[in-house]
Amino acid sequence: MRIWVPPVLLTALLCALSAGMPALEPLFEWVQPDKQNVIYERESFLFLLQNHLTLVVISALVGTVAAVAGGIFATRPFGRDFLPLVSQIASIGQTFPPVAVLALAVPVLGFGEAPILVALILYGLLPILRNTLAGLEGVDTTVRQAALGMGMSPLQVLLQVELPLAGRVILAGIRTSVTINIATAAIGSTIGARTLGDPVIAGLVNGNTAYVLQGAILIGLLALTVDSLFEAVERVWDRRFLPQAAG
Amino acid sequence: MIELKNVTRRFGDAVAVDRINLRVETGEVCVLVGSSGCGKSTTLRMINQLLPHSEGEILVDGKDVTAMNPEQLRLNMGYVIQGTGLFPHWTVARNIAMVPQLLKWPREQIDERVHELLTLLDLAPAVHANKYPQQLSGGQAQRVGVARALAANPNILLMDEPFGALDAITRENLQLEMLRIQRQLKKTTVFVTHDIDEALRLATRIAVMDRGSIIQHDTPENILRRPASEFVENLVGKQDRGLKLMSLRSVRDLMQAYPQPRQPEPGADGLKEDDSLRVALSIMLWQNWNEVPVFNAEGQEAGTITRERIIQEGA
Repeated sequence: MRIWVPPVLLTALLCALSAGMPALEPLFEWVQPDKQNVIYERESFLFLLQNHLTLVVISALVGTVAAVAGGIFATRPFGRDFLPLVSQIASIGQTFPPVAVLALAVPVLGFGEAPILVALILYGLLPILRNTLAGLEGVDTTVRQAALGMGMSPLQVLLQVELPLAGRVILAGIRTSVTINIATAAIGSTIGARTLGDPVIAGLVNGNTAYVLQGAILIGLLALTVDSLFEAVERVWDRRFLPQAAG
Repeated sequence: MIELKNVTRRFGDAVAVDRINLRVETGEVCVLVGSSGCGKSTTLRMINQLLPHSEGEILVDGKDVTAMNPEQLRLNMGYVIQGTGLFPHWTVARNIAMVPQLLKWPREQIDERVHELLTLLDLAPAVHANKYPQQLSGGQAQRVGVARALAANPNILLMDEPFGALDAITRENLQLEMLRIQRQLKKTTVFVTHDIDEALRLATRIAVMDRGSIIQHDTPENILRRPASEFVENLVGKQDRGLKLMSLRSVRDLMQAYPQPRQPEPGADGLKEDDSLRVALSIMLWQNWNEVPVFNAEGQEAGTITRERIIQEGA
């Protein structure tokens, strides 16, 4: 049970800070004494947090399903021919900056939530795809041979042997992807999506450091919260599938 | 019974197995022996169709394997490989229970079977059932591998260099264990090895393979006495053929049995009925004995054996 304490505490802190940001007004007045308005009030922080999180969750779900499916396809006998292509896309895609994806998506999808969602899905897909390939390729061939040789069907080998063994690596890929996307989603504010990036952009435009700080603190805290959640899930996974490693 | 008729396997242009014919009778241990790359593993893996054959016919109990569902075919064949291939995320008990679970046996029957197999392979169920494969020694892991292969009581056992990665002492223990289990269960076994001593010890008949063909298929004794070619002769070793022949026979064959087994004197030294003549001679030379008492499995003195008799008739 103790492993769930950090994510719960961080979640509570995140919610409290989003709801009670005005209570910190004196602090931000000290940071930014020359401005009348030191608390961002165009949207509530809770609304921005919710919107931000929705974008990340949707992109993570779609990205995970697509990447794991692609990884499985490329490691099956009938998809082997695509393996070099898929793994190259996974590596090269990482070097593509998310801003560039946004710039390409806006002319096609217009402003708002849609282009940032596309960018997040595409960008978040790659670490998961790379880890899915690494995880599945990393399964000991003798284990796979034995499973087939003892009479498991290819689907049973995948579900009962390969995915449980590769799962830990795939999970690490999802963790990386989600953490990156929490940061990337903030850029969505530049093209009209409502995210925690809004106060940051507004602060930069108006020269209001207090706004920038408020957005940045919440984004950072959200990233920490989600990361600690993954940490806990990975521990649970280890207990379930790799008890000897967990000690 | 397993029959291979004119079976060929090609990888691209290379012929790995070239029109071989092999018949493995029910209950016998057929050992495929040869240097690496001779096609012995390929042959084994064609029997359970992990590799499809290019030409010819493979019959298991009279039925063509290509006509059967590959999963059904394999579920009735225990499969043991080098490096065990145990599932690292499952406990020993669950590893052994794999095939019964695929066959949807009831829970209690599976538990009972796992317990029985662990005991058969000399692994204390209370200690080992809930361990993970990484927590076992190499020898223990391979015992679990054998137990897993035997779990659903298959008629056929396929073993691909199962003891190849083990140290000499563990390997010998497992070979003896396998002989003991085979005497009890009488599985039709195809066993692949590159170790001719292992082949001589375990086989009912040996098939010597070289470059994709079977050079000789015969009993260990005939392989030693009448090697079909120079290749076989070199494989079995020209020099110590006499001693190898001795290791095929047990003390029981040449001992002078008493009419009634006797209670031995306490602390008496001697041989066991199952010891090979080679071991017997070695002990006699070392201890400088001419006649040694032989004990049966119950520890009673069943007879004696003399050095003279071993030298005259052993090989």
